[in-house]
Amino acid sequence: MNRFKIVWVACALLASSVGAASAQSSLRIGLNEDPDVLDPTLARTFVGRIVFAALCDKLFDITPDLKIVPQLASAYKWADDNKTLIITLRSGVLFQDGEPMDAAAVKYSLDRHLTFPGSTRKGEISSVQSVTVVDDHTVKLSLSQAFSPLQAALADRAGMIVSPKAAEALKDKFGSHPVCAGPYSFVERVAQDRIVVQKFDRYWDKDKIKIDKITYQPIPDSSVKFANLRSGSLDLIERVAPTDVAQIKSDGNLKLAEIAEIGYQGITININNGPNAKNPLGQDERVRQALSLAIDRKALVDVVFNGEYIPGNQWVPPANPYYDHDLPVQARDVGKAKALLKAAGVEHPSVTLMIPNDTEQQQVGQVIQSMAAEAGFDVKLQATEFASALQLATKGGMQAFLIGWSGRVDPDGNLYSFIACNAPLNDGHYCNAEVDKEMKAARAVDDPAERMKHYKAVAAISLKELPIIYLYHRKWIYAFNKKVTGFVPYPDGLIRPQGMAVQ
Amino acid sequence: MTAILVDRETSLAEGSDDQPWRRAMRRLVRRRGAMVGLAVVVFFVLIAVFAPLVAPYAPTATDWGAVRKAPTLAHWFGTDEIGRDVLSRVIFGARASLMAGVVSVLISLSFGVPLGLLSGYVGGFLDGVLMRIVDAMLACPFLILAIALAAFLGPNLTNAMIAIGISAMPAFVRLTRAQTLSTKVEDYVEAAKAVGNPHIRIVLRHILPNILAPIMVQATLAIAAAIIAEASLSFLGLGQQPPAPSWGSMLNTAKNFLDQAPWMAWWPGLAIFVVVLSFNLLGDGLRDALDPRHR
Amino acid sequence: MLTYLIGRIAIIIPTLFFVSIIIFGLQQLLPGDPALALAGEERDPQVIQFLRHKYHLDEPLPVRYALWAQGVLHGDLGESIRINKPVLDLVLEKLPVTAELAGMAILVSLLIGIPSGVISAVKNGTVIDYGANVFALWGLSTPNFWLGFLFIMLFSVKLGILPASGFVPPSEDLGRNLATLVMPAFVLGNASAAVMMRHTRSAMLQVMSADYVRTARAKGLNERVVVLKHALRNALIPVVTLGALEFGTLLSGAVLTEQVFTIPGFGKLIVDAVFNRDYAVVQGVVLCTATAYILLNLFADIAYFLVNPRLRA
Repeated sequence: MNRFKIVWVACALLASSVGAASAQSSLRIGLNEDPDVLDPTLARTFVGRIVFAALCDKLFDITPDLKIVPQLASAYKWADDNKTLIITLRSGVLFQDGEPMDAAAVKYSLDRHLTFPGSTRKGEISSVQSVTVVDDHTVKLSLSQAFSPLQAALADRAGMIVSPKAAEALKDKFGSHPVCAGPYSFVERVAQDRIVVQKFDRYWDKDKIKIDKITYQPIPDSSVKFANLRSGSLDLIERVAPTDVAQIKSDGNLKLAEIAEIGYQGITININNGPNAKNPLGQDERVRQALSLAIDRKALVDVVFNGEYIPGNQWVPPANPYYDHDLPVQARDVGKAKALLKAAGVEHPSVTLMIPNDTEQQQVGQVIQSMAAEAGFDVKLQATEFASALQLATKGGMQAFLIGWSGRVDPDGNLYSFIACNAPLNDGHYCNAEVDKEMKAARAVDDPAERMKHYKAVAAISLKELPIIYLYHRKWIYAFNKKVTGFVPYPDGLIRPQGMAVQ
Repeated sequence: MTAILVDRETSLAEGSDDQPWRRAMRRLVRRRGAMVGLAVVVFFVLIAVFAPLVAPYAPTATDWGAVRKAPTLAHWFGTDEIGRDVLSRVIFGARASLMAGVVSVLISLSFGVPLGLLSGYVGGFLDGVLMRIVDAMLACPFLILAIALAAFLGPNLTNAMIAIGISAMPAFVRLTRAQTLSTKVEDYVEAAKAVGNPHIRIVLRHILPNILAPIMVQATLAIAAAIIAEASLSFLGLGQQPPAPSWGSMLNTAKNFLDQAPWMAWWPGLAIFVVVLSFNLLGDGLRDALDPRHR
Repeated sequence: MLTYLIGRIAIIIPTLFFVSIIIFGLQQLLPGDPALALAGEERDPQVIQFLRHKYHLDEPLPVRYALWAQGVLHGDLGESIRINKPVLDLVLEKLPVTAELAGMAILVSLLIGIPSGVISAVKNGTVIDYGANVFALWGLSTPNFWLGFLFIMLFSVKLGILPASGFVPPSEDLGRNLATLVMPAFVLGNASAAVMMRHTRSAMLQVMSADYVRTARAKGLNERVVVLKHALRNALIPVVTLGALEFGTLLSGAVLTEQVFTIPGFGKLIVDAVFNRDYAVVQGVVLCTATAYILLNLFADIAYFLVNPRLRA
């Protein structure tokens, strides 16, 4: 009997020590989609950025209240009328392949972003004319003209520094095994199944990294993703459906974290893109104002999103420093809407609203249809599959399109490409010279107060002419197992591993 | 197939053409499973046809105050995610789902049977080419064809029906061709040819009526599969688009609310199950009834 | 026999040719510009131009088909625009997954279908017959995305005994691998079970009225022995070969099942590729599955021929 006990205890000890030795803390994150190519120069999706947050550090980063702080940089200075940006680099930073990060590597990366064939970053930092190595730890960026949104761009993929050795070796297949300077090294990727990364033990900020392994699993169906979290197969999930929030709150094993996004959701109206613009909605701003007034944004958010999301009327959310508080979200006013329609001479306009064919957007569409009907609008919903919808939108094959924007840190990123004349995302072909002038001026100055003046001028015009009817802003909603600690949600929707731990 | 031949011989001996049908119908009536199936199908067809009279509310009438309410006297099946009555939507959804089933199969039949007859009767190079194309279509996964077609035509119920119809067609071509090939060599067909009948008359009057039985069985079973296919396309966002109801799209929305409002899923799920099962039972019963060896 | 084989193999080429034309043509018909769909949110015109050029999207259709066909004949199935990975690599990565899922599904369908078919045939006309019928038809009468979802809610969330989604390769952990595939295999195999049942039942009914069965009965053998030893063995011949043909249907069902259970197989790959307009992926994968289906058909025919003594004479 005694002998048995000893053997049993010895086995237990052995098992536990082996267990302890091989116990790695691991975090399994459920993503909404499968990321595209994991090359910062070629990457094109939002969800890819979440993985980059673990793989690749950037020159700058943001704080939860949208301030830009240095990350791989240690200091910066604007000179020459804001046409030169001098960046001092942090010392002692190593790439995941052991190579040191120096100014030459930064120049290499930035040049790669600017010149690599098919680079999706080129447009973001197109104002950079040349990158010069000043010394081992200093680079100088020379701009063709002053461009204040540049730092925000460098706080995103355009500021990610890659290992020149690895990039040269793999060239356009760098995405199959990226090597950067972030806290985690790439281990493996099985398309549409998982991406596994392992802690980089020589990371420059390694004290903040307490999880050994992270596995990202794309699970597009949000109810299946949620089921995975509840059953314990996942530890953290992003973009939780607002209707699941009540359930998370009542589940003792789960915790919730939310933060308002930096983007918006709205209706883009075809003002001047082909024959589909030739209708009352496209031609007369009073009809657009009537449509906007007919929608009760608060009720919309309450019905479809359980009140979780935030009603909005501008390209930035109400809490954003660049929001114009002199033009707050209007309450619904069916009477005024009808009066506007009457003044415009069309009491029962017909509108075809193109909506992406996912259940949430369809619900929004139906609510809009029902609300607008009371003001006299006959809204027809045209559900279109996303790839077709994109092409229809660019070619002007729609009257109105229910579409949002994931958002950029700098307000210019939410605005310029959408309403500047001939801008790539300006599907409605809106063009107002005065608005263009103000937006360009806002790009050329650095002082927030100065920029705000220009944006107020833009708001005064564009919120009257309404090329885009802004509806609401989403919240990034995360649900995670209570053994996950230290998670801080950021308005850009990324999951930053610094400070996180798994009990 | 041999069974039909057996019947043929006995009927020729008795000199009557529709005896086998009557006997088959009698056998069918005796099979309880098939009768239950038939009754259910007829019930749902009636509901679908008289939907506006039967449903208590309009299927698209929203009520912001009654979002996701459990079943009550006012709403027997509860309400859905934007306050619409689930019972009314299930009733009107019967229209969409039944149409999806029947129209798709009609499309398959109208292309598949003539092509099969042509291929089987004419034979030769035309037959060879057609069969290669049919084999190729059968080699592509059915749902992929349907998805690609539906995406091409645009997401709505009509296009989903066309997509399903076209994707299901090859099976009917094959079946019709096989039946045509074996019937082609029958004595009475040879006799008709010898007498100098034009080909089209031979095909339509002598061959087609005698191969209808297995085609009907296949069609009934195909309706069941088509209703499921429409639900599957709705899951991918390609079937009936809201606000118009179909059981498949209702299920697709309901699965997101399984904990908060399970009634949104019970009723359309049950409806699909019952209707599809009924068509399956009916089809199996028909097959048994038309083959005397199955007693 | 040899001539038959050669003839069948020769037919494969034109069939595959038509498959490639059909799927290539369908893709091109799809509205939407892949370069635009895959260029990312910012829709940078330079990126769109680059993608169009790199993947020959600006060339006329016949040229693109020729380029693609030429690549295929050299073993190059093109590249996924979305993740820059060669299609052949993706196919080799996902083939084992779907194959394992399909294999397990066929097992499930045989395990459900054959017994129900036998019972249904033996107790023909009774309530048990209908019961077995409904049991096997159950899988065919529910959309499999719905059934899958219900299973996830029951076994993963409420009972916590099976993983809700994902996939673990058997080489990594066989136990977990089987755990991830149990539910999807069941959902997928369910539908085929009905087909198996029908075939088994009709084969059994035919066989049971045959002379040698009557002889066995006349000899006074136990009914169960008669059924299992004599009738079933012969009835199984057509059923098993027909099982191979179910592969095509299984692939179709796998498309949705993989979507619901997030299994990284062919099905999921194709669906996403169609919606993303990732042409090369769809074409490559469909070509591979079509080839597999055609070959399986050929093997089934040969097996049927070999196994059925009557045909061999």
